[in-house]
Amino acid sequence: MARNKEAVVLLLDVGPSMHSVLSEVESVCSMLVQKKLIFGKSDEVGVVLLGTDDTCNELQKEVGGYEHIVVLRNISVVDGNAVDFLQNLPRGNFRGDFIDAIVVGIDLLIKKFGPTNKGKQRICLMTDARYPIKAPYEGTKEDQVNTISQMMQTHGIRLDCIVIREKLPEADLRVMEENDNLLDQFSRKAIAKIVHVDSSTSLLGALKTRNISPVTVFRGDLELSSTMKIKVWVYKKTSEEKFPTLKKYSDKAPSSDKFATYEVKVDYEYKSMEDPDKVVPPEQRIRGYRYGPQVVPISSAEWEAVKFKPEKGVKLLGFTDASNILRHYYMKDVYIFVPEPGNKKAIVAVSAIARAMKDMNKSAILRCVWRQGQGNVVIGVLRPNISSVDNIPDSFYFNVLPFVEDVREFQFPSFSSFPSSWQPNEQQQEAADNLVKMLDLAPSSKEVLQPDYTPNPVLERFYHFLELKSKQPDADVPPLDGSLKRITEPNPAVFSHHKSVIDNFCKNFELKENPKKKKSSKRAWRGKPSTFSEKEEGVDDFEAMMARRDSSKWVSKAIKDMQNHVSDLLENSYDGDAYSKAIECLVALRKGCILEQEPKEFNRYLLGLYEKWKDTDLANFFELLSSKSLTLISQKEASDSNVTEEEAKNFPVKTELKF
Amino acid sequence: MDLDPEGLFRDDSDSESEFYREKDSTKEFVVYLVDASPKMFGAARSDEDEKPETHFHAAINCISQSLMAQIIGRSYDEVAVCFFNTKEKKNLQDLNGVYVFNVMDRECLDRPTARLIKELSYVEDRFMSNIGSRYGIVSGSRENSLYNALWVAQALLRKGSAKSVSKRILLFTNEDDPFGSITGATKTDMIRMTLQRAKDTQDLGISIELLPLSWPDEEFNVSIFYAELLGLEGDDISQFLPSAGEILEDMTDQLRKRMFKKRKVKTIRFSIANDICIEVNTYALIRPTSPGQIMWLDSVTNLPLKTERSFICADTGALVQEPHTYFHPYKNEIIKFSMDELSKIKNISDGQLHLLGFKPLDCLKDYHNLRPSTFIFPTDEEIVGSTRIFIALHRSMLRFQRFALAFYGSLYHPQLVALVAQDEITSSSGQVEPPGMHMIYLPYSDDIRHVEELHMAVDANAPRATDDQIKKASALSRRIDLKDFSVCQFANPALQRHYGILQALALGEDEMPEIKDETLPDEEGLSR
Repeated sequence: MARNKEAVVLLLDVGPSMHSVLSEVESVCSMLVQKKLIFGKSDEVGVVLLGTDDTCNELQKEVGGYEHIVVLRNISVVDGNAVDFLQNLPRGNFRGDFIDAIVVGIDLLIKKFGPTNKGKQRICLMTDARYPIKAPYEGTKEDQVNTISQMMQTHGIRLDCIVIREKLPEADLRVMEENDNLLDQFSRKAIAKIVHVDSSTSLLGALKTRNISPVTVFRGDLELSSTMKIKVWVYKKTSEEKFPTLKKYSDKAPSSDKFATYEVKVDYEYKSMEDPDKVVPPEQRIRGYRYGPQVVPISSAEWEAVKFKPEKGVKLLGFTDASNILRHYYMKDVYIFVPEPGNKKAIVAVSAIARAMKDMNKSAILRCVWRQGQGNVVIGVLRPNISSVDNIPDSFYFNVLPFVEDVREFQFPSFSSFPSSWQPNEQQQEAADNLVKMLDLAPSSKEVLQPDYTPNPVLERFYHFLELKSKQPDADVPPLDGSLKRITEPNPAVFSHHKSVIDNFCKNFELKENPKKKKSSKRAWRGKPSTFSEKEEGVDDFEAMMARRDSSKWVSKAIKDMQNHVSDLLENSYDGDAYSKAIECLVALRKGCILEQEPKEFNRYLLGLYEKWKDTDLANFFELLSSKSLTLISQKEASDSNVTEEEAKNFPVKTELKF
Repeated sequence: MDLDPEGLFRDDSDSESEFYREKDSTKEFVVYLVDASPKMFGAARSDEDEKPETHFHAAINCISQSLMAQIIGRSYDEVAVCFFNTKEKKNLQDLNGVYVFNVMDRECLDRPTARLIKELSYVEDRFMSNIGSRYGIVSGSRENSLYNALWVAQALLRKGSAKSVSKRILLFTNEDDPFGSITGATKTDMIRMTLQRAKDTQDLGISIELLPLSWPDEEFNVSIFYAELLGLEGDDISQFLPSAGEILEDMTDQLRKRMFKKRKVKTIRFSIANDICIEVNTYALIRPTSPGQIMWLDSVTNLPLKTERSFICADTGALVQEPHTYFHPYKNEIIKFSMDELSKIKNISDGQLHLLGFKPLDCLKDYHNLRPSTFIFPTDEEIVGSTRIFIALHRSMLRFQRFALAFYGSLYHPQLVALVAQDEITSSSGQVEPPGMHMIYLPYSDDIRHVEELHMAVDANAPRATDDQIKKASALSRRIDLKDFSVCQFANPALQRHYGILQALALGEDEMPEIKDETLPDEEGLSR
């Protein structure tokens, strides 16, 4: 059994009041299984539905009751079928009982694992918990929850519960309160976490779809002074989940090869500059470090002997007013300092300092060397994190602060120094005030788009597409779905709700394109490439932009735009009809690049064109080029070029040129 | 060539390096033109027991710091150092009173080298014997050292096209009236010539910037002469000097800041509502500086090696072209993706910044952070009216203590961001925090870990500190309070050591420099 193998039972409420969010439930659950298929192939998953029309579970057969609960899939190792099941959940017409469902889930786990696999079993309940649960045969509902919690503890089963309530038209508040209390009771009596979400977007982010084994960055003393120390463990609190690294594909393996990896390996060879055929063996290589234009060779042994080697340790430099550390100086993802587990003295000491810091509005400055042998030190800010949950100790957050070398002290004009035509008048300021006040994403503690519950739309899309492709290899990338668009675009509902405020804002401010810039940047070379005037303008605009002296960026922009223009012309050319225009533009581009000493830009572009289209219908365009002696820019014309006159003359025949 | 075998997945590695390295889009050529007249060597202020500080020393100090910053920032900018009002002369034009300072193995205008930095830092010690100081503009002589200096500086900046390179002359002087010692027609003539020379220089696309050195009791009066040379008019003049520093350190700070040229990362559209879309420039004010990548050299010749990458099919061992198809194993299958599909997946927005709404500042938690922030400042360059809207929102956000939640739809790394308005903060050494907004990259739910729950106690409350214990902790924190702590007051000891060693090796010195680690706590101070 794999060391970190986990078993999850998904308890999904498919009753009538859940129908509006079931597609997100399907998404988030299939994401969970998909990630297991990649990162936790030996993990096991079971699926139980509540609120179904039918009933199918062993407890019902054994003891009766437990109605409208269907075990859709017994606990077994994840596979593609699980994804299919989860993407096509049936819609039920009954009110499910989530306590019953939890019992069914526990029963599945116990029957499967017995006393083994403790601490690696999880029940994941998704429901709106809007309807009353049945009263137990004996005792109160609270007693029942206690008994179940006890059982969960004994077997090392954890509960994650997501309560989703979007809008509540005819909800019974009393019932919901009772249910919420019961669920909260789990979090006190067992290892359980209850999360409430109120939008389909947050639902997608509410479930941890990937298990990452926590690793400490540091275990040891937080040294307040040479005599005063607190034992702490440091973990990462945030860490970006990156886009998966894909492998390069090779189609060379014969189809009969069952064990083909299809991978491409990348091999590096180090060759001497003077003799490009000579490979320099590893033992003859030495590291060089840049110092301005010089490169200083140092062997690893030498470097090891002289480099900076601080002692491991986390030391307090002092406390300072929280306002001294502005938020934008945080340099990295976040660490969390927790007191050593089980060490009461440490827990209390962290609690005392964290609470004192909170009361006095202070931050602490630390110097950290996480590991012995680490070649640098970190200066950072420690912030109190007062626990809001009774059974979780207080802790600290930590972030890295910049050194002198990391900061660019650019000077910007004061807003007050701008001309009065750039300053908002009273009315405009009021319009802005109203916008900032009214376009509120956190009205009365109902915050939307909290990072904690917001899924990464790119990753969502990737995994969705991966699954789609496994069934339809030629599928197109699907559009971003509605719940994810709530992250990338303003919510039309919110915006239309505040239409008057927004309209007032828009009415008060006027924007116009700078007439001086308009021609050169916005309109240039877009639109139909076939009109005669367009062609003239392309060249004109290019020359105008190249001649600008106010900023060097115009030259590179002009070149870039012209290149795009030529590519557009050629791509849209039919039977050579745009050739003459393209040539005219290329001539202008070439001339400009010689004047501006940018021969490489031109040469690289021309070679790129040739590489791209030499084997297509456009090949005859290159013949036309040579007949007009439109070729690479040679050294003779621009000294920065590394194309000889000979090579230029032979273009496009000999293109063995290096850049 | 730099190596990055890990970052083979091009899209991703490119965006990361773009973010962190922030390639300089423009190269810069700078001539530091330093007045070396006897006035610059007058004791500006002297503390009782320290050696007198001179304006000349302050100027050299700034230049040295800036050269070192260039080395550490791995910049390709080129610099020249040129003194005027000198006894000796050294310049191609053979003009009097101008001395172009240089070291071996280096052109006059070139990237700074270890030797240049080292020798420049010692230049004062033997300045009087080697180069000498004297007034270059005196009555009875037609010599015009300022004119000569501008001419030499302009000639130094002759190389490179003004369009692809930004060219600057930074003039350090404490003389606001360079022609004060002469009178009559000669004076008018010489002023006219000098202004014409400056104008010609500026017409060539070279900017002339003045870094005046002065004291509160003898403030540098820019309107006597330099306003005209620099082309300042009206309000520009009054705004020209923020304030002369009370202490030399502040002034060095001010000068150092003014020597930087702002470099933006890019210009982006910020869509606020309906059709309202303004433009802002983004700046990377804070990015970690690393010791830089290594290069492989041939240990026999010490020449750089060329790295060649080849692609080999793992199944057949055949050499293949760089593939354009990628795959991900899934359900025991190979799922293939083209480059195009991969970029489509990531392309979920349009490159713009989209306002989603506003939240109170306390919704931005300490753990909502992933990377260094990016600064945004409005521009009216293409969309007139942008600045006005930006200022209005900025003010409202400060007033109501709110940040804007926005989606930054960058093509490489689209992300949810918080825009936090920052009011301008100034001190005696000039601007400390510029006005604008900081874009803070927010994590997604997948990026946040719930580690504190790992050690959750079941059916038992975690111990908490008592009021008494909290009181004791408060007393402790009061004892070790860093009143004047400012972010980035420390130099990075690893980086300082790295470059210290490299400098010593580059100069062929045997002794390795001792670098003080400023980050170690003051144990004595703490125990008190």
